[in-house]
Amino acid sequence: MQKFSMFFCLLCFGTIFSQNTISGKIVDENNMALEKSHIHISSKSTNSKKDGSFIIRNVPNGSAKVLITYVGYKPIDTIIDISGNLEINFQMKQKSEQLEEIVVKHKNNYFNHSVSEQKIKEKTIEKFSSQSLGNVLKEVSGVSILKSGSTIVKPVINGLHSSRVGIYNNNVKLEDQQWGTEHAPNFDVNAAGKITVLKGASGLQYGGDAIGGIVIIEPFSTKKDTLFGKTIMTMESNGRGGTISSSLHKGNFCDWSWNAQGSFKYYGDRESPDYMLSNTGNREANFSGDVKYIGKKFDFSAYYSLYNATIGILSASHIGNVNDLYNSINNQTPSVIEDFTYSIKNPKQQVQHHLAKLNYNYYIKDGESIGLQYAFQFNNRKEFDLRTGVSDSRAALDLNLMTHTFNADYKLSIDSWDFKSGIMGLFQNNSANPNTGVRPLIPSYNKFDAGIYAIVDNHISEDFSVEAGIRYDFSTIEATKYYLKSRWDERNYSPEFNNFIEGDFGTQWLTKPTFTFHNFSASVGTQYSFGNKYEWYFNVSRAVRNPNPSEFFSDGLHHSSGMIELGDLRLKQEKSNKISTSLQKQWKNFKVNINPFLNYIEDYMFLKPVGFETTIRGAFPVWEYQQINALLTGIDLNSEWQISEHWQHRLLLSYVNGKDKTNDDFIIDMPPLNINNRILFNKKDWNNLTLELQSEMVFRQTQFPNNNFMTNIIVDGELSPVEVDISSPPAAYHLLHFASDFQFKIANNSMATLGFSVFNLLDTKYRDYLNRQRFYTDELGRNFQIQLKINY
Amino acid sequence: MKTMKYFNPTKALFLATASLFLASCSDDDNGPVNEEEVITTVITTLTNGSTTITLTSRDLDGDGPNAPVITPSPGNLMSNTTYTGTISFLNELETPAEDITTEVEEEGDEHQVFYQIPSALGTIGYTDFDVNAKPVGLTFTYTTGNAGTGNLTVTLRHLPNKSATGVAAGDITNAGGATDAQVTYPIVIAN
Repeated sequence: MQKFSMFFCLLCFGTIFSQNTISGKIVDENNMALEKSHIHISSKSTNSKKDGSFIIRNVPNGSAKVLITYVGYKPIDTIIDISGNLEINFQMKQKSEQLEEIVVKHKNNYFNHSVSEQKIKEKTIEKFSSQSLGNVLKEVSGVSILKSGSTIVKPVINGLHSSRVGIYNNNVKLEDQQWGTEHAPNFDVNAAGKITVLKGASGLQYGGDAIGGIVIIEPFSTKKDTLFGKTIMTMESNGRGGTISSSLHKGNFCDWSWNAQGSFKYYGDRESPDYMLSNTGNREANFSGDVKYIGKKFDFSAYYSLYNATIGILSASHIGNVNDLYNSINNQTPSVIEDFTYSIKNPKQQVQHHLAKLNYNYYIKDGESIGLQYAFQFNNRKEFDLRTGVSDSRAALDLNLMTHTFNADYKLSIDSWDFKSGIMGLFQNNSANPNTGVRPLIPSYNKFDAGIYAIVDNHISEDFSVEAGIRYDFSTIEATKYYLKSRWDERNYSPEFNNFIEGDFGTQWLTKPTFTFHNFSASVGTQYSFGNKYEWYFNVSRAVRNPNPSEFFSDGLHHSSGMIELGDLRLKQEKSNKISTSLQKQWKNFKVNINPFLNYIEDYMFLKPVGFETTIRGAFPVWEYQQINALLTGIDLNSEWQISEHWQHRLLLSYVNGKDKTNDDFIIDMPPLNINNRILFNKKDWNNLTLELQSEMVFRQTQFPNNNFMTNIIVDGELSPVEVDISSPPAAYHLLHFASDFQFKIANNSMATLGFSVFNLLDTKYRDYLNRQRFYTDELGRNFQIQLKINY
Repeated sequence: MKTMKYFNPTKALFLATASLFLASCSDDDNGPVNEEEVITTVITTLTNGSTTITLTSRDLDGDGPNAPVITPSPGNLMSNTTYTGTISFLNELETPAEDITTEVEEEGDEHQVFYQIPSALGTIGYTDFDVNAKPVGLTFTYTTGNAGTGNLTVTLRHLPNKSATGVAAGDITNAGGATDAQVTYPIVIAN
């Protein structure tokens, strides 16, 4: 590290002993002065004045690189010899239209050129101010959501989720126990300025294990020298609560700028069309802010964010054994329905996520820069259960996850070439609080990762570019786990893993399982524009994901699903080979994007039912992590049709098919075909009034594995066998949503937007295949929402 | 570069990254988690005068793979006889064994024990009640039927709906709630 620092000190201060002054004038082809053109000489830079003149002092003797840029003009890139003061004039030549377009595109923050990225804009994010990240991401075709109840929402990209989808907040991968299907991303949508979804593993600069894809969240930032803010208030009928979010931004082109944002959510029990969903309230109090200093050749920023949530878990979803599960599935109504309340009882989750990061970028010259980043994350997850004889305020699961990440990235653009390279280091410590009185789901562990990548992108012509990248990741994990001796034997870990045993504690072994992985991932792709506004993207990528702590170490009863989940120390890495292509065509009033994909995953890890175990609570089905070869194929489609001046139609469609090639079966939890149509009306003259009617059609999943099992229930005092149907997906459903908003002026510098919307307009009763609580309850009923946004 | 005088990002960054190596390493080699509310053992005792029948189900590895061991008392129940019954729930992972029965009793309004037996083998009635005068089921009477064999299933439910139809009479069908323990004992009734 010290060497690095020295290197930068030299870069920054190395030139202060020089004495030469370079001056001159920048003009265009007609000898007209060009104001504010950017002049770099050696490590100095300045902008030309109104008359095109510039002056740079203290330039050292020797040969110096000169770079002069001006938007819309070809840059001047040359070397001059300096041995004294010098006066030199430059004439710049205009670029052709086409070229300029590409440059603009280029600067438009693309993460990968060979995949069509899906972006969610600030305006859409604002609409979802009261909801979760998962709900916003559903606005992208190919993204569905996996829910546990109504407030725990995870994004599913092309059929994959959790450890297979990386979420990057402000360039830092969220480390928030993301392996768990009931663990929503610990992120408040109000802190997002822009969200990009990259399907597949093409974002190699972020990581090599994104089998499903990555979500890139960028905070709001502005370069305008102003101070402004906004407040969004949302009130909702379902849950009888609201959200308030406020932010203040001080922008600056140079010098200091800062942003601060806070939000607060408070909701009571939600309702389905027929009944109250008891204990489904939630609270959130979140903050994020940053301070940035932009110098001439560098910028430095410090960022901090806090996510703090308490989430009630549906009372009726707490079950003790398979009989309870059977009863829930057959009764079709939750076993606990109480009057509305704001209070949240057990079971519940309390999660806190802190993220602090420091970022330093140094611009060596135009098109060449170095970025250094250090991030610290601390995640505390507490899960409270209904327990006998133990205080309600004692968590049944209490995990502290601490992650340090260091990144160094280098970027270089020369002519038609873009080059990116960098290194990453991560240290992570998970500590499971032993005072819960419950054997922890996830053991304590230490993990160390290191990665290195390089990506090259060549714009061969205006219409054609090729991108290729490669990445190597090293990872080592050492866990500290107590295994029941009976489990150790049942798993046949002896003698293969006996070297992990460190101590004998009566009925349990103290073990220190240690694993090391070396992974290579890669991505190659191309972008080609042809014909009349056709654009074609093609990408092939390979990603490798290590087994997560849950897949390795799970051993015990999962209360909400009534099943015993068993990890396996023998698991190998999961390897994805994805081919994705995308065709875009734009007509005058119609735009369409078709994106088929194929993802062949070797050693895909998933839970498979393997039998039964009887405990004193009764009999439980046992599910263990196994590996198969999986083939996921599908298509995402979206279109926009400007019907007339005021009317617009938008379509999102996605379909995915998941096949278990090893057993010739289907893969569980694949999102069914869904089609989303909306009609929008907008009239600028009427206070920018927007009306929107949305139709959401979700088909029944017909491709699912049959994991049903038999259990004994007591009928008239006698045990009799029954089938527990956990496999059959719920029926197809169709929902209508309405949204409207208009803008008005409330003061000189202040605009307001008032929105009114209704979710599930017809109060339709439905259940969703991708909701873990579909066994217990219907989904949410109608919800009226009023939103007021004030910009100032 | 004049800003360097009062703000040195390089130095700040260096200090920040230095903290990277100050990560704490917590170790928990001090023994496994002390599992507290685990029920390992359910003992049902049936008494008539000087005759005591004890039925035990014991599962010392909790959620582990080993099945509970069921030990019926030597000796059979007598037909058409009324027995006084008690039940106890123990955590034998602790020494001395923790008696969870007391906690069930204290939280009587949140628990109920259900006893199910084929009607030919007799009937069971509750003899203890919670603060709301609803049965708890830690004590009961068992009036045996004619000679025969079958199973007695005992279920401890946490947070049942005690006012649902039939629940107060010992019918588990509408009880809801979560099962804390469920054991099945073989029963032999002799003449």
